[in-house]
Amino acid sequence: MNTRTIEIMVGLFVAGAMAALFMLSMKVSNLASYGGDEGYVVKAQFDNIGGLKVRSPVSAGGVRVGKVSEIAYDNESYAAVVSMDIEPQYKFPKDTAASIYTAGLLGEQFVGLEPGGDEDFLKAGDVIDLTQSALVLEQVIGQFLYSKAQED
Amino acid sequence: MSIFQKLGQFTLDAFARTGRGTQFLSQVLLGLPSVLMRPTLLIRQLFMVGVQTLLIILVAGLFVGMVLALQAYIVLVDFGAEESISLMVSLSILRELGPVFTGLLFAGRAGSALTAEIGLMKSTEQLSGMEMMAVNPMKYVIGPRFLAGVISVPLLTLIFMAIAILGGYFVATELLGLYEGVFWSQMQAKVDFYEDLVNGIIKSLVFGFVVVWISVFEGYDCVPTSEGLGQATTRSVVHGSLAVLGLDFVLTAIMFNV
Repeated sequence: MNTRTIEIMVGLFVAGAMAALFMLSMKVSNLASYGGDEGYVVKAQFDNIGGLKVRSPVSAGGVRVGKVSEIAYDNESYAAVVSMDIEPQYKFPKDTAASIYTAGLLGEQFVGLEPGGDEDFLKAGDVIDLTQSALVLEQVIGQFLYSKAQED
Repeated sequence: MSIFQKLGQFTLDAFARTGRGTQFLSQVLLGLPSVLMRPTLLIRQLFMVGVQTLLIILVAGLFVGMVLALQAYIVLVDFGAEESISLMVSLSILRELGPVFTGLLFAGRAGSALTAEIGLMKSTEQLSGMEMMAVNPMKYVIGPRFLAGVISVPLLTLIFMAIAILGGYFVATELLGLYEGVFWSQMQAKVDFYEDLVNGIIKSLVFGFVVVWISVFEGYDCVPTSEGLGQATTRSVVHGSLAVLGLDFVLTAIMFNV
């Protein structure tokens, strides 16, 4: 086989691999959602975050509006601090409430935002005060058993 | 020879081989700059090693992806979670199967050919002939093959991953009736570029380096007889495959913090 054919084949091979890399990074992994549209970060304190993880979705009315960017533990208030990265096109009033829900019975957990009625909007660095912790199945069952026992 | 003598000889042989292999690797690496000065040799080897392995990678990737999607469906449909097929397919392909399968197939298809080619050159005294003419075979014969292999394996892995996911996509949407949008969105929500794709590519770089090192060295180190050449080729495939599987365990343990 002559040199030119070999060069063309190798070129096609490398180009194919690059196309594969492009497809894997754009279509398969979430690289596209990383850069560019810098959202704003708001924080919320929860007593218990259950199985929430970094990159869990943040949604409002069922629509995905952002993702959890950081989870930390506050040594002073003894509560979990969840930072949420919200996409810039979505605006929420100052008195928005944040709750941790589970998608389905065994599904993943996500932060749900319920907008309030305030006229000012949340800005970067703001803290959401109204929060509701994750439902922990053991606690619910424990409470149920406890109340049953008291009835008898 | 008593059994202890044999055991001792086997151990010493293994260490001697490792020592020769390391010495060989350093000579190859020292010769690499002059390989880059002659890209024609490199491109010819990229064709022999990379392009000619492409077909087996494409076919294997397609079927691996399709089978994974079917298996995932069988398990997940019981839980009503068949939307997660794409997640299971893509994570297993990106994290494990892509790099490992490519490493194994490469060891079988291209690694054995490298060993046989270099081994035959040694047996027919072409390598020593080159040395007689003051041509360093490390720079002209071994170096281009080594570099071409190390470059090819990650590229082949990328192609394997992409085609496998497309195969899974075909089965999930056409055969199992999953919605197209669900397939991609589940995947994009959970697959992380750095944690999954980049780690997979790092794995493939390591596998490529080790497999090519083993196959080129086995050829260079073979006993120059027809029997020795056969043994070297077998060893090249066996050791290469085992190295891929063993290293995969170590790399997974490091990368995913278990």
